[in-house]
Amino acid sequence: MKKVIMGNHAVSYGVRASEAQVISAYPITPQTHIVELLSEMCGNGEINAKFIKVESEHSAMAACIGASAAGTRAFTATSSQGLLLMHEMLHWAVGARLPIVLANVNRAVGPPWSIWTDQNDSLSQRDVGWFQIYCESNQETQDTVPQAFKIAEQLQMPVMLVLDAFFLSHTYEIVDIIEKEQVRKFLPPYNPEIKIDTKDPHSFGNLAGPDMYMELRYMIQEAMEKGLDVIKKVDDEFREVFGRGYGLIEPYRCDDAEIILVTSGTVASTTRAVIDAMRGEGVAIGALKIRVFRPFPFEEIFAVLSKAKKVAVIDRNISFGCHGIFFQEIKSALYGRTDIPVLGYIAGLGGRDVTPGVIREIAENAISNKNPERYINWIGVKR
Amino acid sequence: MKPATMPTEELMGSGHLACQGCGATQAMRFALKALGPDTALVIPACCWAVIDGSFPHSCIDLPIYHTAFETAAVVASGLKAGLEMRGDTKTTVMAWAGDGGTFDIGLQSLSGAAERNDDFIYVCYDNEAYMNTGIQRSSSTPVGAWTTTTPVTNYKREPKKNMIDIMAAHSIPYIATASTAYPHDFMRKIAKANTFRGTKYIQIFAPCPTGWKLAPELSVKMARLAVTSKMYPLLEITDHGQKLEVWKDFEPTPIAEYMKAQGRFRHLSDAEIAGIEKDVEAKWERLLAKERMLASIPGL
Repeated sequence: MKKVIMGNHAVSYGVRASEAQVISAYPITPQTHIVELLSEMCGNGEINAKFIKVESEHSAMAACIGASAAGTRAFTATSSQGLLLMHEMLHWAVGARLPIVLANVNRAVGPPWSIWTDQNDSLSQRDVGWFQIYCESNQETQDTVPQAFKIAEQLQMPVMLVLDAFFLSHTYEIVDIIEKEQVRKFLPPYNPEIKIDTKDPHSFGNLAGPDMYMELRYMIQEAMEKGLDVIKKVDDEFREVFGRGYGLIEPYRCDDAEIILVTSGTVASTTRAVIDAMRGEGVAIGALKIRVFRPFPFEEIFAVLSKAKKVAVIDRNISFGCHGIFFQEIKSALYGRTDIPVLGYIAGLGGRDVTPGVIREIAENAISNKNPERYINWIGVKR
Repeated sequence: MKPATMPTEELMGSGHLACQGCGATQAMRFALKALGPDTALVIPACCWAVIDGSFPHSCIDLPIYHTAFETAAVVASGLKAGLEMRGDTKTTVMAWAGDGGTFDIGLQSLSGAAERNDDFIYVCYDNEAYMNTGIQRSSSTPVGAWTTTTPVTNYKREPKKNMIDIMAAHSIPYIATASTAYPHDFMRKIAKANTFRGTKYIQIFAPCPTGWKLAPELSVKMARLAVTSKMYPLLEITDHGQKLEVWKDFEPTPIAEYMKAQGRFRHLSDAEIAGIEKDVEAKWERLLAKERMLASIPGL
């Protein structure tokens, strides 16, 4: 059934269809609608789950960890400061190899207080070991939830799906709602071999000396590396049931493009409109959306970008003292294999609009820029 | 020959990593005897994060979930919810934390879980300082005590936090204090706690010979003197905070006997010990007055 719903509610419908068993969350703007609707769904029996209404995001993740360790499907949602407060337990979920799914609504970090979008909250969690999938539309957001559970449960790794504050979280779009009966054909019930069970007692997470710790970290990296194939396979399986899929990355008019703009999240949609306009003017330009950020799809990205003459990366984030974070990763995907110039652009921080005009400015700057060694180009900043 | 009154079943093996005379280790052994094998443990950072043994060994024949310092209670909440969703309503979940993980860093998540009345037993083994990190003061450290962060030149001036009153304010079904010197009493309280649904809080006085500068063979004696000197009253709070019962059936002993045996109080003068004794006596009287007051309210 098709419904016009906001991005936040697309997450809730995805969780309902995935039959999460324990949900735990704490309110934060602009995420709150996700858990409000889930509370209603738990209340009226649309979903058979326990909802633990905790006193902080740190506890939300800790409750999910307990529930997941018991062998159940656990979900939480958060944003910005909440995700940062969870940081310690995000690490814990990875080390404990628990397939928790988290929806993070990208919101800028304070101070100053900002409720508007940018990616510094989720990208500051880039090294904790969570899968990160950036969504572009409400349909993709909903569909990514059961995909995330399937990926997570196959690899015993936690997965974060990410959506832009307001541009997606509060924006209404038509979504083909998925139901649990269909999703069951795609996502089997979660019944892990290892769980907390008094009939088969184990001690989880106790002290591991230097002779063991490193192997456990190696296994996490192995799971990440396997992750790219698992994500592709899960996406194919989803397509078989629902007729839709999203891939690791999404190239747009890149085949004969001399310059490619790299984007993520909702900026990708706006960028495609600019690409069409500039193509109409005879510019050989294309766009590449990065959907999966962790694990990073190096080979897939190289295959697309290595055919271009120039690459421009639009970052709605900044690693202070370094560059935009997607820019760093794109550089490392190309390193040593090509000498294509890569330019980095910082735009849209704290929810500032990344309009077609902004993207055109970036494209035109990239085309004429003879100084690609200048890694950071701030767009629209008042100095 | 006297009949054995202690269950012979052992869920804790002898190969643990605790110091000699460790009250926290005695407490665990008794608690597990009281609960039996249908029990899952949640242990945050504390001495017991190590006592259990290093991977792949464990001295306890039960599932143990090790978690971060401030999360014992809420991981227990999540674990219980998960077990119930799996159809397991029988397993008792017991969070087992030190005083640092309870009085200090874990207070927020414990308060959250208690307010929701999530169904588990929370045991705080109270050795009155951060012992696993090497004896630093916590808000459970008593006034006058030496620790590495309250040196004798600047010993602890603040009274111990009244964690029992904090938990009573949450109106949970069962609260008790205990002492390792009275194992039968502790086991009775653990078993009683397990008959209630909701959050149960038990705080057991668990001497730390290493941190208290105490001969290990005096561990149990100190646990007894703490009670008989009225430093650590044994009590139960039931009916969601409305009923208080204080144990009074003991021969009182002077506080000096308790304090002078421990190196952590060695720097205190007789006058300072007398001052502490006065405070302890006043708190004891207030506690008994509260017991009488609650008993006098009709309908409770």
